[in-house]
Amino acid sequence: MWYAILILLILRKLIVAQTVLETLGISKSFAKIKANQNINIKLYEGEIISILGENGAGKSTLMNILYGLYRPDEGRILLNGAEFEASSPREAITKGLGMVHQHFMLVETLSVTQNIILGEEPRSWFGINYRKAREDIINLSKRYHLKIDPDEIIANLTVGLQQRVEILKALYRKARILILDEPTSVLTPQEIEDFFSIVKNLRDQGTSVIIITHKLEEIRAISDRVYILRKGRITGEFITRDVSVVDLANHMVGRDVILQVNRTNHETLDEICFRIDDLKVMNNRGIPAVDGLSLYVKPGEIVGIAGVDGNGQEELSEAVIGTRRIQDGAIHLRDQSIKHWSIENRIENGIGYVPADRQKDGLILPFSIAENVLLGNQNARSMIRYGHINRSAIRNRATKLISRFSIVAGGPDLPANYLSGGNQQKLILAREFDREPDFLLVSQPTRGLDVGAIEYIHNQLITMRDRNVGILLISMELEEIFSLADRILVIFRGRILKEFEREEATMNDVGFYMTGGTHRNSSNV
Amino acid sequence: MNVFIELLNAEFLIASVRLATPIILASIGATICDRSGIVNIGMEGMMLMGAFFAAWAAWKFANPWFGVLVGMLAGGLFALFHAWATVSLHLNHVVSGAVINILGFGITRYLLELFFGHPGTSEIIPHSLAEYRFAIPLLSRIPLLGPVLFNRTPIVYMMYVVVILFVWITRKTRLGLHIKAAGEHPIVLETLGISVKKIRYIAVILSGILCGLGGAYLSIENGNSFSEGMTAGRGFIALGANIAGGWTVVGSLIASFFFGMVDALALRIQVLGVFRVPSEIFLIFPYVAALLAVAGLVRKSRAPRALGEDFQIERSGT
Repeated sequence: MWYAILILLILRKLIVAQTVLETLGISKSFAKIKANQNINIKLYEGEIISILGENGAGKSTLMNILYGLYRPDEGRILLNGAEFEASSPREAITKGLGMVHQHFMLVETLSVTQNIILGEEPRSWFGINYRKAREDIINLSKRYHLKIDPDEIIANLTVGLQQRVEILKALYRKARILILDEPTSVLTPQEIEDFFSIVKNLRDQGTSVIIITHKLEEIRAISDRVYILRKGRITGEFITRDVSVVDLANHMVGRDVILQVNRTNHETLDEICFRIDDLKVMNNRGIPAVDGLSLYVKPGEIVGIAGVDGNGQEELSEAVIGTRRIQDGAIHLRDQSIKHWSIENRIENGIGYVPADRQKDGLILPFSIAENVLLGNQNARSMIRYGHINRSAIRNRATKLISRFSIVAGGPDLPANYLSGGNQQKLILAREFDREPDFLLVSQPTRGLDVGAIEYIHNQLITMRDRNVGILLISMELEEIFSLADRILVIFRGRILKEFEREEATMNDVGFYMTGGTHRNSSNV
Repeated sequence: MNVFIELLNAEFLIASVRLATPIILASIGATICDRSGIVNIGMEGMMLMGAFFAAWAAWKFANPWFGVLVGMLAGGLFALFHAWATVSLHLNHVVSGAVINILGFGITRYLLELFFGHPGTSEIIPHSLAEYRFAIPLLSRIPLLGPVLFNRTPIVYMMYVVVILFVWITRKTRLGLHIKAAGEHPIVLETLGISVKKIRYIAVILSGILCGLGGAYLSIENGNSFSEGMTAGRGFIALGANIAGGWTVVGSLIASFFFGMVDALALRIQVLGVFRVPSEIFLIFPYVAALLAVAGLVRKSRAPRALGEDFQIERSGT
């Protein structure tokens, strides 16, 4: 009898994992915005949970509260059952919380070792004990199977390896709980696979992991449980294997979303509206970033350029719109060479441009919506008269675009920096579409946007395609390329390495060529 | 050929060391400050403050060693003002540096009147540090290098110590690592619980102390009184040396020594009168050299990424 109870108790101990982190009714407001309201989450030992939410749902606020950057207005945090009130990141670190930020917190000019030990340097009488630091890191990387060269400079590492350094940094500080903010947003498909196995390995060694994300697929691939955060509240909690991606999406957005874009078949015209031949463009350091690139776009088709960031995409788009000098090669719009055309000329002759960085290159943030609509149209008779801006005309135009593209804004006089990311992007799209271009260069149109905005923008692009506009789409998001493009080109080191017809392409194949097409498995360093 | 042999002898090298010393000190100061992310163009003003207070203390207490101490302290305190303006008040670094330079000139001029009762030049100090010149046994017997490097005056020896100390700090210590991180990517430090503010204050004050020492060298070791504007642009040459040296301690040392040599060369050409041109023209040598070095080298070296950027931790937003 006694034995039976004892065994039961032991079993219970084994089956019911310990709660390592728990929040009780956390709330936090900024000015009038309630960023977090009554958040209750639980994290068990050796478990991976996801916190899923759109941009602005309050994910970052919650993480910053856990990490000690913000103080909650209300509520308590229990860490290993004890009251925990982090007033600084340092305190969170000493209590075993490690955070990997979306934008890596690494000093690029320093070595892997220096970055990992920063702030926790082992000392000798002579200063930092680099020999011990190096040994510790090598041991750590062996234990968790995170292969890394401790002496390499961060700037020389791929993004995937940089993330590895970030994880090691947390483990070096003896993190028992790892918070990962949008961990896969910068990784290639192969790197994502590696990342998943790293995280699972960490879990199996007893680390608890919180993944913050807005990507639905990876939740399915990796997490044990998922919390859904919407408008600052937890709106759902699921065991991952019991729930479908569509369910998750609907909970996240709060309405039914169509995850598949309505991509109807559309005949492309049998002519070429835009062509690049053997283009060569230098980057800022004078090294060829685009090196012998050729492509063409037909009216009524979307050509997607897939690739890892930094393979010449930025320089390519700058060369096309004219903000970067072309070293060699030719660019043709219809039959005319535009190589020596001014930017003004290019725009007026039918090139539309949606730049990758909407806040830096796409808009002038302190300017009003109406003034932003004027940009690029500064020669249009309808908006300018005798050298003066026709204020009422641009306001009218802006008002029309706001309703036509369902931009959520107070009115045409609202400065662009008051718009959310999605609405800023819609504004740029509206301005470019309104000019009725023949050719559109669209770079990273949905970066950082939520599902609702992505869906809208994708459908708008399809609509433009159906009006026989030729679209060149540059994106780091493979899913975006696959849901929009009629033809897929893979860019690698400034060249088109491979071309696929949409029907014959698979994510794996494209991902393979994105990393150079030489090794199938990127787990070896 | 004869001319050059006459120009480049031990005496020339000694003059180079003598002229390079204040520039080396100030440029290492600039390096340490810039590496933390704070632009320092105020070396000129900080050196002037150091020079003035060193001369004043050496005169008042009839003790040049006390002068060195007070000079460094004055430089450090004056730099504190720059740190406060740039780190705590988030003022533009260049603006604050310009103010430092103007203030340095103005304050020393004003205090000269106030403490000594007349403008222009201070009283001559009773004992200058030049009296304490000494030869290091053995080392000073090395041919050529011995007399040039190891038979010198106290602040020159201090400069050697400063060079070694700061090479060690930047390469081997936590402070050095944190300073570098603060100048490259400050938020990283903050997420690891290290105060960027504190690191930057330390770096700026260190740079002021070095500038103060450089200034003291001018007024109480190389000379024996303070005169208005006696730094004569050395702070700016140090700025150039720091940039030409690629924001490293050793680079600053080499570039500064080069400028010292150019300075010495200009002096010797003037004295020897070997070229039939007005000798004043050679006075611009070091400035032109600094200009060319910066223009030619600045492209190859890379400034700390966060240099000149304001740093504030956001505590609001979602």
